[in-house]
Amino acid sequence: MSSPATPPTAQDTPLGGDPPPVRIVTERHGLGVRLGHWVNVVALFALLFSGLQIFNAHPALYWGLRSDFERPVLAMAAEDAGGGRLRGTTTLAGRRFDTTGVLGLSVERGEAVERGFPAWATLPSYRDLATGRRWHFFFAWLFAVNGAVYLAAALLGGHLRRDLAPTRRDLRHIGADVWDHLRLRFPKGWAAARYNVLQKLAYLGVILVLGPTMVLTGMTMSPGLDAAMPWLLDLFGGRQSARTLHFAAASLIVLFIVVHLVMVLLSGPINQLRGMITGRYVVVVPKEAARPGKEAKEEA
Amino acid sequence: MSGDPHRRGWLAGLGAGLGGLWLAGCDRLSRSERALGALGAAEPLNRAVQRLLGRSALAPEFTRADLSPAFKVNGTANPPDTDYQALAAGGFADWRLVVDGLVERPLSLTLDEVRALPARTQITRHDCVEGWSCIGEWTGARLGPLLDRAGLKPQARFVILHCADTLDDTAPEGLRKYYESIDLVDARHPQTILAYAMNGAPLSVGHGAPLRLRVERQLGYKQAKYVMRIEAAATLAGHGAGKGGFWEDRGYEWYAGI
Repeated sequence: MSSPATPPTAQDTPLGGDPPPVRIVTERHGLGVRLGHWVNVVALFALLFSGLQIFNAHPALYWGLRSDFERPVLAMAAEDAGGGRLRGTTTLAGRRFDTTGVLGLSVERGEAVERGFPAWATLPSYRDLATGRRWHFFFAWLFAVNGAVYLAAALLGGHLRRDLAPTRRDLRHIGADVWDHLRLRFPKGWAAARYNVLQKLAYLGVILVLGPTMVLTGMTMSPGLDAAMPWLLDLFGGRQSARTLHFAAASLIVLFIVVHLVMVLLSGPINQLRGMITGRYVVVVPKEAARPGKEAKEEA
Repeated sequence: MSGDPHRRGWLAGLGAGLGGLWLAGCDRLSRSERALGALGAAEPLNRAVQRLLGRSALAPEFTRADLSPAFKVNGTANPPDTDYQALAAGGFADWRLVVDGLVERPLSLTLDEVRALPARTQITRHDCVEGWSCIGEWTGARLGPLLDRAGLKPQARFVILHCADTLDDTAPEGLRKYYESIDLVDARHPQTILAYAMNGAPLSVGHGAPLRLRVERQLGYKQAKYVMRIEAAATLAGHGAGKGGFWEDRGYEWYAGI
């Protein structure tokens, strides 16, 4: 999962000042993490968009063993707005919102049609449940296997304990870290080469909670697996609850991806992207801190 | 540096462009037989894993308190076919269930004869491929003993269910009527029944009167309604478009365990 730190190569920057800062190339992400990350990017995109295609076949969610059609948790529909016009509505926990143009009613191939999510959010863009399911189950396997290999390697190889588990010191500084993030002040120097506590908690939440929830709630929707593993139904309170939780966990993953991308953009996108593609990540430190110390090894 | 408005505009343009390319690319792949074939690799994998985990596992059964107050009618609600309408008008007195194909003793049974076969009652969940679920109580003849009575020939690998209803009259001849198929593992499963009663009453027309299949570990479209004939076959070729069912011929998975 992680490769040993290569000796940092120090290059003096032309910038003057006292003390002169030094650019140091560190080994940030191991090959396994990088491969797993990009497989995940492809799989998650296919799963999110094909998932919304599947959702659109019946754009309503329920709680419990079966669908209580009169009492959906969430429902999208088009309704008569008077004067021959239609309105898209979204009902969430009994409250109705006008979501014309996006949810319930949107434009598909130049025509306003009743559909849960709009064409740009589904795979394929036109209505085709059979094809959406093919995309979904193919990438569900890729996502599940990729996630299982990553988790096993992260547990056995120490990535989880070494890089992701918050230290006691991390947890003591959580307040300061939140305050720094709110002011968009990100760690500098050697501290930038390691995950901060908010990052650790967000990644752990996705890896240990949201990822497994997606896979297990997906499995609970399978009548075949419900026969083989009836405990799945007990775990999530029934197939329709599992479908609702599948949607909720996916929504949280979308939220994570948005925050993740914003953070990458705000904290030096070129350096971050290089780190996730080649593994090399540059930190800028004062000259006296540039020796390959204990910390440099810990980053790997 | 990300506050530069030019860069932001450039980034937004790039995002929209990539988004458009992504959509167009995915739509193109979705229409390619080759890509669909590759994506379809998940279906045999799902079947293999589900069979490995519980070849003879029973689908969960529920209680009367869990019954859906309004079980949704989907697909055909009332077959437009005149021969079916005539049978329905006569209270299905002239209806016969034909069992033929690769069997030693072809059968032709009246509804009363079907009702006299070894039966099972079960309260199970019906999962539509669209995503919703309803719970109903079904009583019907177990398919396994019926197949034993007809005597399957050794070459038989599938059971094909021919139905009375035309669901797509715009399709070419041979693709208009509903049909389904299952393999012998599911055909011999104890919960696989030919149901003639639902929630304690004779099956209604909307739910497939007089006889429908219940194959409880698969999705709703496998639960063929208006069953007229059961054919034991060695292959799915030669029926419809050869994919094993009305919806299968339209791109849906033959193994619908998920």
